[in-house]
Amino acid sequence: MQPHSLMKRRQFLQAMGAGIAASALAACAVPVEQGAGTSAGTTAGSDAGEGAATDAGSLEIFSWWTTGGEVEALNALYAVYSAEHPDVEIINAALAGGAGQGGNMKALLETRMLGGEPPDSFQVHLGRELIDSHVIGDRMDPLDELYAEEGFGDVFPQDLIDIASYDGHPWSVPVNIHRSNILWYRPDKLEAVGFDAPPATWDEYFDLADRLAAEGMVALGMGDVNQTQSGHNFESILLAVLGPEAYRGLFDGSVGWDDARVTEALEILSRTYDNANPDRLSVVNGDVVSAFPTDEGAAMIISGDWAHGQLKAIGYDGYHWAPVPGTEGMFMVLSDSFGLPQGAPNRENALNFLRACGSKEGQDAFNPIKGSIPARTDADQSLYDEYQLEAIADFGSNTLVPSIQHGAATKQSFLLDYDFATNDLAVNRDVAQAQAMLVTAAEDAAFGQ
Amino acid sequence: MAASPHARGGRPGWLRGDRLIALLVLSPSIFLVGLFIYGFIGWTFYISTVDWNSVVENYDFVGLKNWTRLVNDARFHSDLRNHLIYAAGFMSQCLILGFILATLLDQKIKSEAVFRTIFIFPFAVSGIVTGVAWRWLMHPSSGLNLIFASIGLENFQPAWFATPRHGMWAVTIAAAWQFTGYVMALYLAGLRGIPAELREAAAIDGAGSIAIYRYVIIPLLMPVTFIAIVLTGMNSIRVFDLVTAMGGSGPAFATDTLAYNMYQTTFGSYRFSLGAAIASFMILLSMFLVIPYLRSMRQEIER
Repeated sequence: MQPHSLMKRRQFLQAMGAGIAASALAACAVPVEQGAGTSAGTTAGSDAGEGAATDAGSLEIFSWWTTGGEVEALNALYAVYSAEHPDVEIINAALAGGAGQGGNMKALLETRMLGGEPPDSFQVHLGRELIDSHVIGDRMDPLDELYAEEGFGDVFPQDLIDIASYDGHPWSVPVNIHRSNILWYRPDKLEAVGFDAPPATWDEYFDLADRLAAEGMVALGMGDVNQTQSGHNFESILLAVLGPEAYRGLFDGSVGWDDARVTEALEILSRTYDNANPDRLSVVNGDVVSAFPTDEGAAMIISGDWAHGQLKAIGYDGYHWAPVPGTEGMFMVLSDSFGLPQGAPNRENALNFLRACGSKEGQDAFNPIKGSIPARTDADQSLYDEYQLEAIADFGSNTLVPSIQHGAATKQSFLLDYDFATNDLAVNRDVAQAQAMLVTAAEDAAFGQ
Repeated sequence: MAASPHARGGRPGWLRGDRLIALLVLSPSIFLVGLFIYGFIGWTFYISTVDWNSVVENYDFVGLKNWTRLVNDARFHSDLRNHLIYAAGFMSQCLILGFILATLLDQKIKSEAVFRTIFIFPFAVSGIVTGVAWRWLMHPSSGLNLIFASIGLENFQPAWFATPRHGMWAVTIAAAWQFTGYVMALYLAGLRGIPAELREAAAIDGAGSIAIYRYVIIPLLMPVTFIAIVLTGMNSIRVFDLVTAMGGSGPAFATDTLAYNMYQTTFGSYRFSLGAAIASFMILLSMFLVIPYLRSMRQEIER
């Protein structure tokens, strides 16, 4: 009996002890079944059955979840996994920062994938980000069997499975749904300038922003030092100006990025900088959210619903939410998911982790903390707060469109170019130049070809 | 190889005795350096001429297409501007401050070793740590700006590395903080190597202390200055860790560098051939500094 090289000393001793006991009882010929008896018993049976080997070793998970609510949510998900598989050591490889969300982690992941040393599983946005980065490069395994075994086809909405699929196979398991087109606002500040409701159109928005500015208040909070905030805001503005059909058309070649409506959207984005916080180019989005509860903070923030998780984590509740002006009835969707790289060192552990990600327990543990909503339609509604219940209802009734900034709509190289173009606008306020950069980026991405 | 005059015995002269042993001992490292440095430089040049600009490997030869794209890229132009700013700011700060510190330390002061250690300490800190520390110091609403505000400079609140177009100046401050001590050590060694008689002779000839530095010491320190220029110049080409830790590519590429661009192009956008072209360009740029350096080293040895 050779102990697994990664087995801990305690497990090794237990296995030795159990092995000796088993010999003494002359029961060697009887294979010990998985789950029968103690963990020592199952480990001792590692020479007898395949099943026992799955519950040893480690599980390395890449993610860019490193702040407040994110870490807590991830730990809750790990706890669900560990309850089933207590002997697996989870290696949490989380890395923050970089242009494009999770840019640093993605770059490190890319070097690991290319070097043939993938982690066991990694966080990736459902959709084109995974497909263009790793599926087309033939570095992932399809998950048809897992979907069939776990009945994911019945519990995830078909629209979502379509986003996850390429070439007829699903490639990752969605763990949550986020909505990106949310305007978070301070009702007290809006009321102070005579607005009882959040702005529903961009004309109303600019009227409000001017009135806030006249009172010496910062209208819109932005943190653009990582070149991500402008891109995030711009996708919602694009959606507001173009509507869902034309917005989708931007990525299949039927609507050009040189369209006059894109110009209009860029002009709106440029105008929003007038009443944004003056240090918007030197701070991160997290700074803006942290300052939101204060008098000096912004009256409004355009952010995904992870901002809700961050604000909840610091115990603040003096805010409310609405769709970004002009996007009522539209749901800009992004989903974090986990996939199975080819050659994952602990494949069985990884598959079990994917089962936990897609399970009702896993999603109901993760999402209430993360501030997102479950991708499953059978979640326990009693666990979710007011915002999340609204989002769950909207997810079921609104038009779903994929997010650019968060990897659902386009490949990673376009996303970086898109971020650089919107960042150029944030700095130089030159609409024509930014649009030219977007047109070049779209040509390079070869949309619709 | 022409040094050995006569070939006695069976083997050619250059392959006898010590030389044979030297060759045997050196050949593994020659092989490894050849493969892992020059082999991969060659491979990178090759990749820059193929069409591998997505996640799927593609070895179709496209000639200079990636190079054409690179030299027409606005980001590349920003990089060149940034490297000029960085080289000017970083090299001048290192050389001037390093020389001044070395001169002051050379005045036979008390506890010189303590000061020497303090000044050279930052060099022992990694670039990432330097970058993170200075990112905090240069945060717009904390660090240095708080100090400025507290001494009555409320209106002088620079955005530092987040300044559009000129953010690179802020990065040079952090870089110089790290590297000045090293340049100081170089100059100090150089100053110690100047014989006291030369200064005395100049003093007897009626030169004041400024004239001594201007006409005697600084010219004699030219080899040290040259080495310092090469070292800081190389650093200016490859700077990556500092900008990564500080602001990334910065507002509209204000603190982008060739190395950071290469990293993002290759591992962020998966444009491997374009990334290889950037890397190759950096090699060529370094050669402009290395070749004069090697040449002067040779002249030095031959002298």
